[in-house]
Amino acid sequence: MNEWLLIAAMTVLTFTPRYLPFGMAGKVKIPPILERALTFVPIAVLTSIITQSSLIRHGELALNLANHHLLAVLAAFATALISRQLFIIVTVGLAAFIMAKWLL
Amino acid sequence: MSTKAKSSLFLQGALDSSPLILAAIPFGMIFGALAITTGLSSWATLAMSLFVFAGASQFIAVTLLASATALPVILLTVFVVNLRHMLYAASLMPQVENLPQKFRFPMAFWLTDETFAVVSNHVAGKKDTPGLHWYFLGSALAMYTVWATCTVIGIIMGQQIPDISSWGLDVAMLVGFIGIVVPNLKLRADWACAATAMFSTLMTYHWPNQTGLLFSSFLAISVAILLDRRVKVSVEQNHE
Repeated sequence: MNEWLLIAAMTVLTFTPRYLPFGMAGKVKIPPILERALTFVPIAVLTSIITQSSLIRHGELALNLANHHLLAVLAAFATALISRQLFIIVTVGLAAFIMAKWLL
Repeated sequence: MSTKAKSSLFLQGALDSSPLILAAIPFGMIFGALAITTGLSSWATLAMSLFVFAGASQFIAVTLLASATALPVILLTVFVVNLRHMLYAASLMPQVENLPQKFRFPMAFWLTDETFAVVSNHVAGKKDTPGLHWYFLGSALAMYTVWATCTVIGIIMGQQIPDISSWGLDVAMLVGFIGIVVPNLKLRADWACAATAMFSTLMTYHWPNQTGLLFSSFLAISVAILLDRRVKVSVEQNHE
């Protein structure tokens, strides 16, 4: 397969969905309910990504101590309920991951 | 707006993004390492980070390449995975509608999960955000520079440590996203949105090509809107 053809096509397919709404902004008026709906995008999409990559490992639901990704995410979640500092949340999550790898 | 104000917004954008950018470092390195171990050339690997600049798409392309997937299937998958960027861009439409196209182009090109997370966090709850594009570009350019650099480091490391991609370093990204989502769970509708997204993702993870992710996102947003008091109030006002 031509890797440069792949990259060129991927560039177009990645840029287009990123640009379309920006390009149309100001030309179309978004209804208020849709505008409100879009404010939930970060929570919806990011939660789905987190769930996909922490609760599901190697294509299966993994609710066990061997799932270090899940332990790290739970530690980060608990920290985030107390502190709003992104840096602290990330540090505790990573520390939990490293400890789980070493101890479990 | 003065040059000083612009550059301070630019710097603030980069600074606010730094925890997520740090979290993306292992991700970028794993990409570089993984790409060359699956047979992509070093130059093509770097070019993908420079021109495509979308972590999830890059990983999926490389993973599918490794399993000898046909080009149209790879491209379709990449496109579907990228549809979430369309949601991101749509949610920032009110913030870009007064900007000239010369700003919208680079902002669209550099729109990533990380920059969107930081920018939407910055916008949240504010009526007006003057000079937001400078904040956005500061975040995006910092992310771009680090991503390209880490890809190069990953290419070199992949040649030295072939099994680095199995270390699970992608966890950094996940805890970074936790740090963005959880502090923004304020209303009942926010919690319902997150809970629905989680539950639905667990029900649909076996769907092909990340369609479960898109379906779950739409379902979660719909549930949130149904529970959202502010929308109900504004709809009632419109009826009167």
